[in-house]
Amino acid sequence: MKYRVGIDVGSTHTDAVIIDENANLVSATKTQTTPDVTTGIIEALRKVLEKSNVPRDSIAAVMFGTTHVLNAIVQRKGLGKVGVIRIGLPATLAIEPMLDWPSDLREAVNGGVAMVRGGHEYTGEEIDKLDEESLRKAVKNLAEKGVEALAISSVFSIVNPEHEEKAREIAQEVSPGIPVVLSYEIATIGLLERENATILNAATIPVMKRVISSLRKAMDNLGLEHAEIYFAQNDGTIASREFVEKFPIFTVIAPISNSIRGAYVLTGIPNAIVVDTGGTTSNIGALVNGYPREALEIELAGVRTNIRAPDIIAVGLAGGSIVKVSNGDIEVGPISVGYRLIEEGVAWGGNTLTATDIALAKGAMTIEDPRCKPERVRQRVPAELIEKVYNYMVAKLEENIDRIKTKPDPETVILVGGGSAMWPKKLRGAKEVIRPEAAQYANAVGAATALIGATVEKAFSYDSTKREQAISITRAEAEKKAVEAGADPSTLQVAEVEEVAMPYLPGNAVKIRVKVIGKLKLR
Amino acid sequence: MGYAYQLRPDDIRDLALGAAVLGTGGGGDPYIGMLMALQALERGKKIEVVSLDHAGDNDLVIPVAGMGTPTVMIEKIPNGREALYALKLLESHYGKQVDYITPIEEGGINSTIPLVVAAERDKPVLDGDGMGRAFPELQMVTFHLVGVKATPMAMADEKGNAVLLDTVDNYWAEKIARVVTVRMGGTAWIAIYPMTGRKYKEGAVNRSITYAIEIGRTLRDAKKMGANPIDALLDITRGYLLFEGKIVDVARYNIGGFARGEARLEGLDSFRGKSMIVKFQNENLVALVNGEVVASVPDLIVILDKETVRPITTERLRYGLRVIVVGIPCDPKWRTPKGLETVGPRYFGYDIDYVPIEEKAGRKVM
Repeated sequence: MKYRVGIDVGSTHTDAVIIDENANLVSATKTQTTPDVTTGIIEALRKVLEKSNVPRDSIAAVMFGTTHVLNAIVQRKGLGKVGVIRIGLPATLAIEPMLDWPSDLREAVNGGVAMVRGGHEYTGEEIDKLDEESLRKAVKNLAEKGVEALAISSVFSIVNPEHEEKAREIAQEVSPGIPVVLSYEIATIGLLERENATILNAATIPVMKRVISSLRKAMDNLGLEHAEIYFAQNDGTIASREFVEKFPIFTVIAPISNSIRGAYVLTGIPNAIVVDTGGTTSNIGALVNGYPREALEIELAGVRTNIRAPDIIAVGLAGGSIVKVSNGDIEVGPISVGYRLIEEGVAWGGNTLTATDIALAKGAMTIEDPRCKPERVRQRVPAELIEKVYNYMVAKLEENIDRIKTKPDPETVILVGGGSAMWPKKLRGAKEVIRPEAAQYANAVGAATALIGATVEKAFSYDSTKREQAISITRAEAEKKAVEAGADPSTLQVAEVEEVAMPYLPGNAVKIRVKVIGKLKLR
Repeated sequence: MGYAYQLRPDDIRDLALGAAVLGTGGGGDPYIGMLMALQALERGKKIEVVSLDHAGDNDLVIPVAGMGTPTVMIEKIPNGREALYALKLLESHYGKQVDYITPIEEGGINSTIPLVVAAERDKPVLDGDGMGRAFPELQMVTFHLVGVKATPMAMADEKGNAVLLDTVDNYWAEKIARVVTVRMGGTAWIAIYPMTGRKYKEGAVNRSITYAIEIGRTLRDAKKMGANPIDALLDITRGYLLFEGKIVDVARYNIGGFARGEARLEGLDSFRGKSMIVKFQNENLVALVNGEVVASVPDLIVILDKETVRPITTERLRYGLRVIVVGIPCDPKWRTPKGLETVGPRYFGYDIDYVPIEEKAGRKVM
């Protein structure tokens, strides 16, 4: 029997699980998330290995769902200097790269900007010929300044990536070995948002390299020299470490997708609303055909991007949320006691009234902990107020469940996460409410069971490319990427094809997105 | 009373937000235009807004604007000089230089484009426009009402290609300009409705740039000070709260290149038990509560996100959003017979009589 370990970093806890080949949960642990993230991960890994009897040499792979990349961007720590090249003159000059970034983040990342002639129209024709001469000079200049990576974006590269490809060739000639990130491999239509994502990707390559090397070392020390490393991605799939080393931005909010994906694995229900309630935040997302529904754009630390990311409503209403009542006005969250719930919560003898205390006093949940006594809450808070606050919390959750829906019909709601026990068995707008066993480990399970995946989005004009041909071109590219991400080529399948007409454009312009998944190719 | 002032970065951010309100669901996302104007300031350029009385009767006033596809605009970011090529062509046609630049539309992205052109050319911007809001077609401007012709108009792209159009009427200008726009790569930059200072003062919606800035600043300040931003918005626009509710359905039909459709809302709070329908074609055009019209074009119908108090464009309307719907009186110029013939409900295909929003809101208590 071969096993996999899944590790997921939450804002309060880091979880680890071991699952077997048939996706059975063998062992699970929770530890506190540490400020540096890595220490908590290693601790979780050590604990879960110790707790189970699984021989270490039968652990084939470890899947990490981590917030390293997001933290580095938010804290502006450890980011590499990026040389930013934009191809598109004479267009695009009116807004220079990174104009709208928070200035401290721009300073941390900006290693120099160059804009050169080239790029394409939406039809795929050139705006102008690629100015190779200027490009060469720009690369040389940026390399001399000591940038750690290049981020290259060209106008309408998602229709025609030729100029970006050519630019990579030139960059590698001029400055061999420098990592080059091309925008068409990162995101979709919307030059500024795509360029932003490309720059952030380039800036976090050094972050990801360090993470990988410290995790590798820790795994070797724990007797897991033979186990492969994989990382969870934003779209609910995983990829090999070689792949995420090139595309770290694809892991930036992976833990959120892990819980949605884990809800699917634990219940087998492919279409539902998923509520992941932790200590501080409830993340509400939608499960569509087994994967998270995606949003059009996402802001990362004040920077607009359009990477693929789950469509989420985050509400500051979770297990540790602090309850305040004054003059009949009820407020729950967004401030939370976090992991200090078991010290500060009223049921544990503390002095801070939390959402969990209310749910305990109401009798909606029980906690197997001799120190936890719900009667403490009942002694201090009148029964009718307990009722009122609980109803308020539930109504707030129900309102947000409704907001994530795309139509009014009742849907299945799956509750997961460490704080999810506080919710009732019935919710307005829900056809059924399911809280699977092991709900609190859904995200780590999601990471451990994920398939390798890759998504590619391209734009076409159906007047010049036939529909079948356009889909097959996109599919071939996604398949190539999935193999690069570590998939066994014989197991590849298409998980999703999406066609979106681009409004007001002649020539039947469409955007095609293909998501390909496959099984791990374990070495 | 005459005035003149220079725009600061905060004014531009406020203007973009105010222009999104006046965009009534259409007009394009002002984000790109806002960044263009901010970039111009960052490069040390100046943007000066002046009151209408600055313009001499014989001065040459030229409105500039962008036209085309938002999808192209967000990818092929402008060069910033496109409209200058168009201006230059028009100037050489007249054999004289432009004296004042002005917006044609104070809603959505076209509210900021003239600022960038004015900064580049170091010319003042007249504090008015041709709509006082957003509309989808070239002839839907108050200049049209006082007999100003759209042509000669000039169009240009970022490569420096420019064409001069001279058409028999403003409707033909619209049709031919659309075709040229496609060939220019989906977006084009235009200098249009060239006119004298006298005609401009007669035809323009007065003080609309300042109005947009005030709206944006009001929303920003209210939020910062914890006041009710909707009350503040109604106050400054002399608007009416039409509805508060949740979007329960959005139906869309793509007819004739315009994004038509309607949103159905269910009432919340003091509107519980009532329902609203908002009909849109790029912009919000008609609003009905329990089947009765409560506002229609040319008055402004603005849908705002209840949580963020930011206006929502028609393409972003979707099930589940909690919204507040506000009605704002249009400029009186639109309420004349020719005004209503150009942009009244019947022009857009709705068989209803226009009643000014003040009369409707005054007549019954909701």
